[in-house]
Amino acid sequence: MNAIDGLMLGFGHALSLSNLGWALLGCFLGTAIGVLPGIGPALTIALLLPITFSVSATGAFILFCGVFYGAMYGGSTTSILLNTPGESGSIITALEGAKMARSGRAGPALATSAIGSFVAGTVGTLGIAFLGPIVVELALQLGPAEYFMLMVLCFVTVSAVLGGSALRGLTSLGFGLLLGLVGVDLQTGQPRLTFGVPELLDGVNVVLVAVALFAVGETLYLAWRHVEGPAVVRPVGSIMMTRQDWRRSFWPWMRGAGLGFPFGVLPAGGTEMPTMLSYYMERKLVRPEHAEEFGTSGAIEGVAGPEAANNAAAAGVLVPMLTLGLPTSATAAIMLSAFQSYGIQPGPLLFTTQADLVWTLIASLFIANVMLVVLNLPLVGLWARILKIPQPQLYAGILVFATIGTYGISNSVVDLVLLYGIGIIAMFMRRFDFPVAPVVIGMILGPMAENAMRQALTISQGDWSVFVTRPISLVILLLALAALAGPRLYGVWARRASA
Amino acid sequence: MRTARADLGAALFVLGLGLMAAWQSHVIPPSPIYAQVGPTLVPWLVTAVLLALGVGLTATALRGGWSQDIEELAEAPPLNRRALALLLAGLLANLVLIVPLGFTVAASAQFVLVAAAFGSRALLRNLVIAFIVALSAYGLFVKGLGVNIGAGVVEALVFGEPG
Repeated sequence: MNAIDGLMLGFGHALSLSNLGWALLGCFLGTAIGVLPGIGPALTIALLLPITFSVSATGAFILFCGVFYGAMYGGSTTSILLNTPGESGSIITALEGAKMARSGRAGPALATSAIGSFVAGTVGTLGIAFLGPIVVELALQLGPAEYFMLMVLCFVTVSAVLGGSALRGLTSLGFGLLLGLVGVDLQTGQPRLTFGVPELLDGVNVVLVAVALFAVGETLYLAWRHVEGPAVVRPVGSIMMTRQDWRRSFWPWMRGAGLGFPFGVLPAGGTEMPTMLSYYMERKLVRPEHAEEFGTSGAIEGVAGPEAANNAAAAGVLVPMLTLGLPTSATAAIMLSAFQSYGIQPGPLLFTTQADLVWTLIASLFIANVMLVVLNLPLVGLWARILKIPQPQLYAGILVFATIGTYGISNSVVDLVLLYGIGIIAMFMRRFDFPVAPVVIGMILGPMAENAMRQALTISQGDWSVFVTRPISLVILLLALAALAGPRLYGVWARRASA
Repeated sequence: MRTARADLGAALFVLGLGLMAAWQSHVIPPSPIYAQVGPTLVPWLVTAVLLALGVGLTATALRGGWSQDIEELAEAPPLNRRALALLLAGLLANLVLIVPLGFTVAASAQFVLVAAAFGSRALLRNLVIAFIVALSAYGLFVKGLGVNIGAGVVEALVFGEPG
């Protein structure tokens, strides 16, 4: 099915009253959790996973994607008004946005980020609709050997290329792979890494790990570093943008969207890199008469570009998730496990076997974007008020819901012990700068990679050379090696060159 | 260069994790059915990777560590013992109370302790907020979504004995 037919079909389903309701609920919830510091989309979707037992797959995914997009919009509000990024993609927005707020221009900063998010979200969603079917065509040529190598590439890029250090990123990944191994091996029925504890035979629950990493670990770390004193929320003021604001925002939006989407699509994932690149680009390209606003009173270009890049990258992440079944961010990994709990295997076949679901979802993303820009601009006062929930009660509440999400799985105290244990490990991971996203990705993608490896080796009758004799597999393997060794070699070369 | 003791601790923890993985990989029973790739291969692979990374991290820590080079960590405020202890007490209270007394009591105790950890001194007000939040969350999840989250004293009084 081509993109136009698909979108027609999708809008037909997405415009039903119940699906519009799910989208609205998701957008509202997503914006709220995006605004609140300390809660992100991965945690929220993990806590919402129980609804997969009672809600149709289409409804649930519209809700999840609404949350995912909404969090990207909401995160910028926190960055601008509180100078504390609501989620990782908004760190850069805080640079110029908070400065604009301090010099009384919070309104235009919020407006340019909301409209920029809308522009980029729409461009990104168009990208999904038109690129998705093409990727699917290519992906259908891949066998288990290529799939295994793609997963290896994904492991390397999310843990070794992004973030501060390959050693620490890969360690996080290893921890995630270990968690994914716990339980009965589905192929041979043998218990693995269960320490003889019967509760562990079913494996460690994904929700538990996500909640431990993103709620318990985060709260513990905040307590570790806690300094008394209230946070300052800047007033919003008028959100009207002047003609000059529009003129100065337009090209940064376009450039940000163009930069963000490819980064999201590549299995390099993450929104940090494109937002950072967009910031430096805007700083370079700014008209000389506004150059001095960067870093002083706050330049609108430095908000518009990164915000657009952030949303376009978020949309891009959905391409490998829907077409290949490869999650490249923690949120995508949690969504993948939601697909699994419906018994749906994301991958190239999704576009044919679940065409209704996929296209309804994509159409809903367009609708969600419209809803979000409407929710965010006139209601910005409401979101600013959410920011005034005092920290102590906010974190206490987060932990109460973390407990519900975990204890509700099987009413087992063993789960709570695991939750708090992994939470404490996550606190130390924050302290020692180990990234947490690779844990979730390793845990969810690990078992799938093992499965693909086994299939490949069963087809080749145990001949390991299958991974290097199939040309596509070899190319992906070389790419993974280059991604792993490239930055190091470059470092050595740069030192030589400067010596 | 000076050894970074905190970083060394983290590196040794990773080594320990690798050793633990080795032990658990070793005790996986042999597969009774034939499989091209048995159940032990991947666990051993992950073990090897973790041990290698542990060695790498230890070497880095012995050569001065990494924490001091990361601005965000080097400039972070110092350990707040009181906040962390109160928060851990909150987690422990929940763990101990949830089975005998039920969700609402356990969650309320946790809420009050966590709020105190982040500097809130209004104990009575927090207790009231905690009770309302916990009980309405209980109602929402158990009665609304059908997810059981642990009945106890308070739940029996408000919603009746579980049937």
